[in-house]
Amino acid sequence: MASTEITYRDALRRALQDGMRADETVVVIGEEVGAYGGAYGVTKDLMAEFGVTRLIDTPISEPAIVGVAVGAAMTGLRPVAELMYVDFLGLVMDQLANQAAKIRYMFGGQIGVPMVLRTQGGTGRSAGAQHSQSLEGWIMHTPGLRLAMPATAEDAYHLLRHSLTLPDPVVFIEHKSLYTRKEMADLDTPAAPWGKAIVRRQGGDLALVTYSRMVHVALAAAEMLSQAGIEIEVIDLRTLNPLDMDTVIASVERTGRAMVVSEGPLTAGVAAELAARISEECFDYLQDPVIRVAGEDIPIPVSPELESASIPTQALIVATVQRMLRR
Amino acid sequence: MTLPNTNLPELYRTMRRIRTFEERVAELYARGLSAGSMLHLSIGEEGAAAGIAAAMRPQDSFTTHHRGHGIFLARGADPGRMMAEIGGKAAGYCRGKGGSMHIADMTLGHLGANAIVGGGIPHVVGAGLSYRNLGSDAISVGFFGDGAMQQGLLYESMNMAALWNLPVLFVCINNQYGMGTRIDRATRSVEFDRRAEAFGLSAAMVDGEDVEAVMETAQRLAAGARAGQPGFMAVSCFRFFGHGRMDKSPYRTEEEETIGRKRDPVARARDALLSRGVGDHASLDALDAEIAAEMDATIDFTAAAESPAALSMFRDVYGADQPEPEPLAVRLDRILAA
Ligand SMILES: Cc1ncc(C[n+]2csc(CCOP(=O)(O)OP(=O)(O)O)c2C)c(N)n1
Ligand SMILES: [Mg+2]
Repeated sequence: MASTEITYRDALRRALQDGMRADETVVVIGEEVGAYGGAYGVTKDLMAEFGVTRLIDTPISEPAIVGVAVGAAMTGLRPVAELMYVDFLGLVMDQLANQAAKIRYMFGGQIGVPMVLRTQGGTGRSAGAQHSQSLEGWIMHTPGLRLAMPATAEDAYHLLRHSLTLPDPVVFIEHKSLYTRKEMADLDTPAAPWGKAIVRRQGGDLALVTYSRMVHVALAAAEMLSQAGIEIEVIDLRTLNPLDMDTVIASVERTGRAMVVSEGPLTAGVAAELAARISEECFDYLQDPVIRVAGEDIPIPVSPELESASIPTQALIVATVQRMLRR
Repeated sequence: MTLPNTNLPELYRTMRRIRTFEERVAELYARGLSAGSMLHLSIGEEGAAAGIAAAMRPQDSFTTHHRGHGIFLARGADPGRMMAEIGGKAAGYCRGKGGSMHIADMTLGHLGANAIVGGGIPHVVGAGLSYRNLGSDAISVGFFGDGAMQQGLLYESMNMAALWNLPVLFVCINNQYGMGTRIDRATRSVEFDRRAEAFGLSAAMVDGEDVEAVMETAQRLAAGARAGQPGFMAVSCFRFFGHGRMDKSPYRTEEEETIGRKRDPVARARDALLSRGVGDHASLDALDAEIAAEMDATIDFTAAAESPAALSMFRDVYGADQPEPEPLAVRLDRILAA
């Protein structure tokens, strides 16, 4: 397959562009998505091709942005609503969780809400407590919402393209520290289908399950561990709903140990759900408790030193794996 | 012509301090000493900050939006501690946890800057409720940008303030832009006072280049608010620079910027002082130089200040006598202790 070198940001833009070319009902709606090109540049230049009827700049009115997308999705459009920061979920949770997520079910399956809510989260810019969170746990806790969190440019492209074909609302959370990441990507064929996890690195000593930016932190930790003779498997979940437990279980059964890594807060978060499932489903294979390495249970501080210390680091992952393996 | 009954030299001094402080914030960023790049300068908006702060009493409280440095300074903030907070240092107003967008100081009635557009607006309604129930004669002032005029929360807040006759003043600093969106691309109705009137507020629009007019309007509306008639004012001005430090404003022309920057409340006040014979060039230059030195010192102070101690990140999630969250490293030690 033809691989191209592309940034995460450009891969997302290509996905929107190709998706909009393929389906004329796709519209992008949000703050600064049109003329400005997106706060993080993802929709840059799309205005020139698609115009103001398909790249819809809005006032700063998040609940209405999402609510309008819901209504449009019920009546023939396929909106990609953009929330500039995932933190603004606080403003839109009613439209997302009480409306978009429940409409198909409440109405007895008469109609779905085929929309995508694109947003970005995570730390890395000293953006403070209201612009740095990892709120995927809120979404994963809401039945009816699909949830994709790509770690690579290739996944950014394919997961977004696929999101634009699904019958239900998809929350698509990018990571603000990945936009400028450049890598080889095959934009023709995804490495795995939607809903399937990918084993990014093989190893027999421990299964490390993660997603989004933490995939890269975990892979770097795995390389360090390898130098010490420890080989860990790194699984990138890619989507949290659907959740591919088959790949996770196979890896845990093979390795006998599991660690879950997430940037979001530890308590009642994504890592908690994964750890519970692994414990329940792989109990007989586990030589150790499943260990969670996750964000501290605190708001994100603005100080760069505190910010970077508040989320899992490569060093902590390495040290924790070594202790689990008692080496 | 009768001279307005204001202390223009003091207003000028406040505005010059804001302008110079903001220039130093830009420098802090350029020198890599700021916590991040999400720093929103209020250059061009000094008239709003100085004029309204001059109409407030010490017991009054306020919240601001993300572009609130000037308002806080006008209320008497220590620029050194402000700069240290913008640098994410322990000596800052919020111990390096809040930063530019979350600066606050309860002793000066600053209930908090906010990074959620509109997020701080209902808090002043709540403060007004407290003052009414507790028998205080304080008012609470909510500052926000023109962008927040399109947030529904503002209207819920206005309605409650009017319904309950609360001592609240809403202040929209209309700098014509919300990020790259000029106000006429965000709404068809820019007569913001009419929106407020529709809820039963006293409302006014004022030119932010004229700090004395701002102050007089604020005094009138604040007096009404103190008597239980909440108010709203929109202060028109121009955002001289980009939205944040990374934004070079490609969405507007140089010509628009040149014209916009002529709406300069600091220059206008200086001209007025000269023409009224209240100051001369030499004395104003001396004042400016004194302010420049004061603000230079804030950078040195910040550069020399300590970063917060690592364990301080667990402090203040809950009240002082409450258990702190368990650090992950401690938890892992507990679990993995051989
Ligand atoms: C709820 C919310 N939506 C969007 C943003 C992103 N954002 C930050 S400032 C801003 C523009 C705000 O414009 P305005 O209210 O006019 O204030 P100004 O920046 O002009 O002072 C936007 C869209 C945000 N911080 N919060
Ligand atoms: Mg504005």
